[in-house]
Amino acid sequence: MRTIQANDVVDAVAKLCIDANRYLPQDVRDCFARCESLEDSPAAKEIFRQLKENYELAENSGLPLCQDTGLAVFFVEMGQDVRIEGMTPREAIDEGVRKGYAEGYLRKSACHPLTRANTKDNTPAVVHLDIVHGDKLKISMMAKGGGSENMSRVTMLSPAQGWEGIRKFVLERVAEAGPNPCPPTVVGIGIGGTFERSALLAKQAMLRKLGDVNPDPELDKLEKELLADLCNLGIGPMGLGGKTTCLDVKIRMEPCHIASLPLAVNIQCHSARHKEVVL
Amino acid sequence: MAEYKLRTPLTDKDMEQLRVGDVVKLTGTIYTARDAAHKRLIDLLDQGKELPFDLQGSVIYYVGPSPAPPGRPIGAAGPTTSYRMDTYAPRLHGLGLKASVGKGKRNDAVKTALKEHKAVYFGATGGAGALLSQCIKAAQVIAFDDLGPEAIRELTVEEFPLLVINDCHGGELYAQPDLAAVGLR
Repeated sequence: MRTIQANDVVDAVAKLCIDANRYLPQDVRDCFARCESLEDSPAAKEIFRQLKENYELAENSGLPLCQDTGLAVFFVEMGQDVRIEGMTPREAIDEGVRKGYAEGYLRKSACHPLTRANTKDNTPAVVHLDIVHGDKLKISMMAKGGGSENMSRVTMLSPAQGWEGIRKFVLERVAEAGPNPCPPTVVGIGIGGTFERSALLAKQAMLRKLGDVNPDPELDKLEKELLADLCNLGIGPMGLGGKTTCLDVKIRMEPCHIASLPLAVNIQCHSARHKEVVL
Repeated sequence: MAEYKLRTPLTDKDMEQLRVGDVVKLTGTIYTARDAAHKRLIDLLDQGKELPFDLQGSVIYYVGPSPAPPGRPIGAAGPTTSYRMDTYAPRLHGLGLKASVGKGKRNDAVKTALKEHKAVYFGATGGAGALLSQCIKAAQVIAFDDLGPEAIRELTVEEFPLLVINDCHGGELYAQPDLAAVGLR
């Protein structure tokens, strides 16, 4: 059994929160450049120019990329041969979020759902914990903004609707969202499992790098077809029209009940902030 | 599409000349307010009380900035999604609000209010919070401090880059999704 001190987890999580909010991942930057080169419209090109200037400024100034530094969402893979001394994984992560959001001058966006009173430290974080083989602790963090999250949907299709039903639902949701979620977006799709599991799959799917290949060739083909369709909607960067409505589509699929076809669409704004650490 | 340099407070004449797609570089004083602050503004109006700032010719920026790091007036400060303020905006336009700044679609009630009261809806680039903060020269909380990022702030802006999304003539800039192109219509 390997022991990790809780404080080491706290410090690592704090750094993840700060870095995810300041440094746009290279795969996202590369995707911006690729998409910009495909655009003809001056408005679309201008948006990409501003987004580039924005990530360069964030990197050099210490300001976060966006004022909405998100709810902190974590996917944790904890080896069964490792223990955290002094705190549970959730406690250590919450403490790291408190520290990171304070020290990084990040916005605290967590509040009581009804009174809207701010919790003042961006906790509780959203933590998804998985126990895996080994003695490592892998923590992936997403800073998930509210504007794009609000455009996300879960539905229970009938099995007969199949892929055509899935495709239609996704296209309609992205069309309906229009300029609201800060396009170009990343669209995470969770198919199967149960009602709640599909939503988790959709979000987890977005941990993959933009422009990568889905290890399942069938899903890879569907992702590419759907991305082309979504871009054909013509919503474009910031909804001003253009070829880049979405940067990428990511699908995760699991078996489901014979009576069900759960489907979740999780929308991520262009500022696809994620970062991971292995302790 | 033209480019205008405007200064607050804004006038009917300022607004009438603007058309969708025009770029405006705005200089002067603007106020931040988003969800919770709007609710409180409306509560004050219902109680017949004074608002914390003068609505005549005013501009409200839908933003909840991140905290100011040392040596800066404000943190990142990009627009939040505007539809959540649609419930409140028509009443404020009726009382002199000349423009709001945000991102995303507005409902028909807001578009009607823009026409009736000679006002506009400006878009700023969503997610470009670090970049947009550069044209904010000063910031101070003037009301509802307990709301934290949602408190009302008075901002001094210089050449804040805005795009006219809805003008006071009924125009709208956003692209309509092409459903036929993907076989949905």
